[in-house]
Amino acid sequence: MTRDRIVFAISAVLLLTVPLWFGHVGGYTDLAARVLIYALAAMGLNLLLGFTGGLSFGHAAYFGLGAYGTGLMLVNYTHNTLLALLAGTLLGGLAALLLGPIAVRRRGIYFSMITIAIGQMFYFIAVRWNDVTGGEDGLTGFSRQPILGITLGSTQFYYMVLIFFGVGAMLLWTILNSPLGHTFVAIRENHKRLTFLGIRTDRYVALSFAISGLVCALAGGLNALLDNFASPDDLRYTLSGNFLIIAVLGGMRNFWGPLVGAAIFVLVENYVSAVTQNWMTVIGLVFVLSVIFFPLGVLGFFRKVKKA
Amino acid sequence: MLLDILFNAFNGLIVGSFYALMAIGLSLILGLNGVINFAHGGFMALAAYFAFTLVPYTGFWGALIIAPLLAGAVGYAVEQLIVRRLYLRDPLYSLLATFGLALIMQDLLRTIWGAQGLPLAIPDFLNQPVSQVYFFVTGYRLFVVALAILSTGTLFAVLRYTRLGVRIRAGNADLETIAALGVNIYLLRSANFVLGIMFAGLAGILAAGQLGLTPTMGDELIMPSFVAIVVGGVGSLLGSLLGGLIIGVAAGITTAFYPAASEVVIYLIMGITLIIRPRGLLGQEGLFE
Repeated sequence: MTRDRIVFAISAVLLLTVPLWFGHVGGYTDLAARVLIYALAAMGLNLLLGFTGGLSFGHAAYFGLGAYGTGLMLVNYTHNTLLALLAGTLLGGLAALLLGPIAVRRRGIYFSMITIAIGQMFYFIAVRWNDVTGGEDGLTGFSRQPILGITLGSTQFYYMVLIFFGVGAMLLWTILNSPLGHTFVAIRENHKRLTFLGIRTDRYVALSFAISGLVCALAGGLNALLDNFASPDDLRYTLSGNFLIIAVLGGMRNFWGPLVGAAIFVLVENYVSAVTQNWMTVIGLVFVLSVIFFPLGVLGFFRKVKKA
Repeated sequence: MLLDILFNAFNGLIVGSFYALMAIGLSLILGLNGVINFAHGGFMALAAYFAFTLVPYTGFWGALIIAPLLAGAVGYAVEQLIVRRLYLRDPLYSLLATFGLALIMQDLLRTIWGAQGLPLAIPDFLNQPVSQVYFFVTGYRLFVVALAILSTGTLFAVLRYTRLGVRIRAGNADLETIAALGVNIYLLRSANFVLGIMFAGLAGILAAGQLGLTPTMGDELIMPSFVAIVVGGVGSLLGSLLGGLIIGVAAGITTAFYPAASEVVIYLIMGITLIIRPRGLLGQEGLFE
């Protein structure tokens, strides 16, 4: 237990001081913000995937809705960055709340196919609804506005992302350690048994779906603020796949797994796409090899070694 | 106006044939191998590019036969190297591995044949318009529909009347039992995977003749094929066929009225199906859950 605390403390200090050291190891502050944003999205997804046992291949939809919601608020209605982020987050969360009950009508592989298809629906809406979303070119014409007189440069914005990452992580941690979270894990382990005990498992899975969608939408809103841009690719199944591999790569049975996975994934992608045009092959190999050789993820792998 | 609707409905029927061929291959693999093959679109494009390369040497007809076989051979290698390691594991892993495979295949296609679109030469007599009285239909479009019907008919006959077909159907019902009865299920699963890939290959060549070749051509067809399976009902090949045709025609008719919604309507049909008949048109209750 103490060892875990030491690791946690070191990680926290590292995250808090990113603007000081990240540049010296070849990174830049915006890249660190991207790691946190993807980590937040994958942790949100992991509530459903790793802790409730629901394999959604469509969570980019809620990420993208968060991005578009935040962007559209800033373009059309307000100059308040936080208000726009709140609106985007609620938009994505609401969509997940409404669509979850449809998706949970089926389980297993079927559930995955349905979530992919629902996600693609939003993708095509974003591409075709030109007047509002900017179509294939994406949504531009907004930028993050100062909060309480503080201009959000790279460093300030990184800390804003870190704060929201902390809020999201705390929300998920609290849920997982509550009776609700224990119910989620029990559904993952044996949903039939819970059904026999008189628990409406589909409602709980839908609730997990909605919460994880809400956290993804928060991450999406932050992503739009980071780039001052929302792209249809934010909604695409490719990004859903990236979130899944981030969770698996880090270790989906571990609370902090997605953070480790996001750090590896974002840094590898950033580095490889700078040195070769064939970066898609490398990312594809990351998918294939990690599934075959590291199904437990980095954290799961170390935990197993520790036990052995 | 009526002609316009008919024209678009017929166009939709052709696109629906591509969806249906893709969905049937996916369904076959999902049924016996228990894997959602995300790389199906990659294999489809691969066969189309093989055909593109073969046409100067073998002509269109030779390519139509050889290219799916070559794609099937690649499929066999992939099954041996990667996919067979994923059987009986959580579907998460097969989804992610085949998704990664799709990325690799798309990237390799772009590296080898280039990112820009290429045309697939089709025989001149198929390019002639059949009728200009009502609306413009080339012989190729009729050919696509005919070949889709023929190949699915053949598949159903193989499944119904041959030993291999009986084993595939029995394996769908209970793989352990047929293994205990002495069927080599490893070989059976490989054969079934290759069969599914060859259907994707056929769809790819036919689609390339109509729409041309791009490395991402599989991307555009694989999602509607998933929807076709959900609408038609998981576990039913006939359902996949129907699902593909229905969403193709629906998208075509929507194009006549409101082109921007032609893609979204596919997903709306899926949503409605799930609400009023969750198991799909011809699906069995509780399969793969």
